[in-house]
Amino acid sequence: MPARHLKRRTKHNSGKMGILKTFALGGIHPEENKLSSDAPIERLALPGQAIVPLGQNLGVPSKPVVKRGDLVKVGQLLAETGGFISANIHAPVSGKVAKIDNVIDGTGYKRPGVIIEVDGDEWLDEIDRSDELNTEISLDGKEIIDKIKTAGLVGMGGATFPTYVKLMPPPGKKAEYLIINGVECEPYLTSDHRLMLEKGPEILVGTRILMKALNVEKAVIGIENNKPDAINHMQELAKSLDGITVQPLKVQYPQGGEKQLIKAVLNREVPSGKLPIEVGCVVQNVGTAFAVYEAVQKNKPLIERVVTVTGMAVKKPSNFLARIGTPIGQLIEAAEGLPEDTGKIIGGGPMMGKALTSLEVPVVKGSSGILLMKKEEASRKPEGPCIRCARCTSVCPMGLEPFLLSRVSKLGKFDMAENEKIMDCIECGSCQYTCPASIPLLDYLRLGKNKVGAIMRSRGRN
Amino acid sequence: MMNMFTVSGSPHIHASESSKKIMYGVVIAMVPAMLVSVYFFGLDALRVLLLSVVACLFFEWLIQKYLIKGQLTINDGSALVTGILLAFNVPSNLPGWMIIVGALVAIGMAKMSFGGLGKNVFNPVLVARVFLLISFPVQMTSWPKPSPITKGFVDASTGATPLGILKEGLGADPPKTISELAPKLPGYMQTFTGDVGGSMGEVSAIALILGGLYMLYKKIITWEIPVSMLLTVAVFSGIFWGINPEQYADPLFHLLTGGMLLGAIFMATDMVTSPMTSGGQLVFGTGVGLLTILIRIWGAYPEGVSFAILLMNAVVPLINRGFKPRRFGIKPGVEIA
Repeated sequence: MPARHLKRRTKHNSGKMGILKTFALGGIHPEENKLSSDAPIERLALPGQAIVPLGQNLGVPSKPVVKRGDLVKVGQLLAETGGFISANIHAPVSGKVAKIDNVIDGTGYKRPGVIIEVDGDEWLDEIDRSDELNTEISLDGKEIIDKIKTAGLVGMGGATFPTYVKLMPPPGKKAEYLIINGVECEPYLTSDHRLMLEKGPEILVGTRILMKALNVEKAVIGIENNKPDAINHMQELAKSLDGITVQPLKVQYPQGGEKQLIKAVLNREVPSGKLPIEVGCVVQNVGTAFAVYEAVQKNKPLIERVVTVTGMAVKKPSNFLARIGTPIGQLIEAAEGLPEDTGKIIGGGPMMGKALTSLEVPVVKGSSGILLMKKEEASRKPEGPCIRCARCTSVCPMGLEPFLLSRVSKLGKFDMAENEKIMDCIECGSCQYTCPASIPLLDYLRLGKNKVGAIMRSRGRN
Repeated sequence: MMNMFTVSGSPHIHASESSKKIMYGVVIAMVPAMLVSVYFFGLDALRVLLLSVVACLFFEWLIQKYLIKGQLTINDGSALVTGILLAFNVPSNLPGWMIIVGALVAIGMAKMSFGGLGKNVFNPVLVARVFLLISFPVQMTSWPKPSPITKGFVDASTGATPLGILKEGLGADPPKTISELAPKLPGYMQTFTGDVGGSMGEVSAIALILGGLYMLYKKIITWEIPVSMLLTVAVFSGIFWGINPEQYADPLFHLLTGGMLLGAIFMATDMVTSPMTSGGQLVFGTGVGLLTILIRIWGAYPEGVSFAILLMNAVVPLINRGFKPRRFGIKPGVEIA
């Protein structure tokens, strides 16, 4: 068996860096299994057919502006924002719009999408496809935000919240810090890691662009200590830049959560039910910073992204630069095929990713990775009785009591769930990961959050 | 062929932790105390251990299969832990049928009647210990004098525990002083190694501490309950000792005798019947310590740990309500401007 298939825990050079910062409450440290951290980003071949779902962001799905039979070029607008919290979608490939139909997306449901038959690779003329680094920021803050909005940027870490919305703090609120999230705390995933190693200068230009858009003087790039090469590289690059620092962090899941990252980096606590701007922070992923660079400096909308393909049985764990709309089956083929005993395909990491139903599911803006799990790892262990060990409570990064929340949700006592702050749950899954009785705590918490959320909204309407 | 993939909600990985592993971890932690009990009390200790374990497993199986008709749970390790702990809590010369009664009380009354593992309010072993103590006071308080197997098996004679000697002496008419009783009491070294009369598992401080350290290392227990309980005992008994050392025993005597360490390390720390948060556990431990000394000094029984833990078990739901974990973002953060 090749060495890379063995479980490994990266050595941390914490000695060199002294006591490292991390967030305060709870947290876990699962096996990191960053199998693909040494695999350079490879450009993936174009798909024969691109499937572009219209609901790729958190919030309202986009509205198509093309129709069947239209010829499109790479970068051409396919669908426009459907509301305030929404994003444009651009053609990731050139060719003919075959149809606009329901397609299976990452949720497992059939939802509207644009299917393009690929023909050649013809780009819009205004997109600068050169690799030349452009560090000159000529646009002003408002123009930058417009550009980011036009380019259809969303949070690339997986939450897919439209980027431009985060850059427009509500009246009376002022950002003080931009925090760039290079934590990548999910086991297995390495797309952000590789991006920092290979596109560091671009990420820093993107960071400066975001700083300008937010009108902030200070930016901190948070990176976990299992990526010492990325920390050194980014520190080296950031040396000459004013206001940008790199903060090494102790490895701890879920440090990539916005609230946890802010706590770790600045020791500020976002109040319950509030957004990071409340404590003067805006958090953006390194992938988003890179996309900002491309959108603002190269006129390139969000049409491709880095996707990690990994798993214990995967022959060649890889990082691919893939066009949006590429079926994941093609990425798996490029990583030397679907292992025979694959029992589960996860879009994203093992802690927060979604189990996918088919190889036809396309890469979308929020696809950070594809994780293939063996049959034996695919099923849950049978649920036992709660032994009140309190491990769920001690690992909860939000200081909640998952055993209690899951129980009251199961019993339908949603008022109690609300009082016990169920809406603060960030669905990181640490409780369920830790539970010795293998209780599906997060399933019940999601149920409770859904119901409580609906009750709160209906209360708002009355 | 269509590939079929498992679909489930996140997270998709799980720690290697399981309830069973925790239970067997406790069993490993009890090995030193088991060995000491066999060393000092001979084959009788082995007899009690085996009988207690077999009886507990049997009742768990019987009740699951014929009364609850649920999933069989006898190999989850919890009945095994109950069995060993029950043996630890009785004298090694207890008649076999009493042990079986104890097992039935622990498993049937205190555990299964509440719905099985995780649902019971009171520590099953202590319910059984107190039940036996009240029902069979003579047998439960006549302790064989330890006779190490290295010295060969002598006909074990019975005697009182250090706490029993103390209680009887101080309560005699006219009351004796501690210095008068001292010749009858064991030295600290004896109580430390386990060369004293008492329930099988509670005699050796060193064996219990070893087990406790192992459980701390394996994160089966946390420090809060044992430390707060023992600290409270030391401080509280120390105050009385300071007032009148002729009438009240010194703190070290209280810490090393009776069920104190067994209670602090193995009984009060029972996950099911103790509070969930660190703050709650500190309150719980302090309460147990306080009640133990109250009972030892003024109660009718020489020993108070079992009663103290059971009393505190009863208020655990209340403690859980009062002591919530610190919620993220509810209190203002340190540097919020």
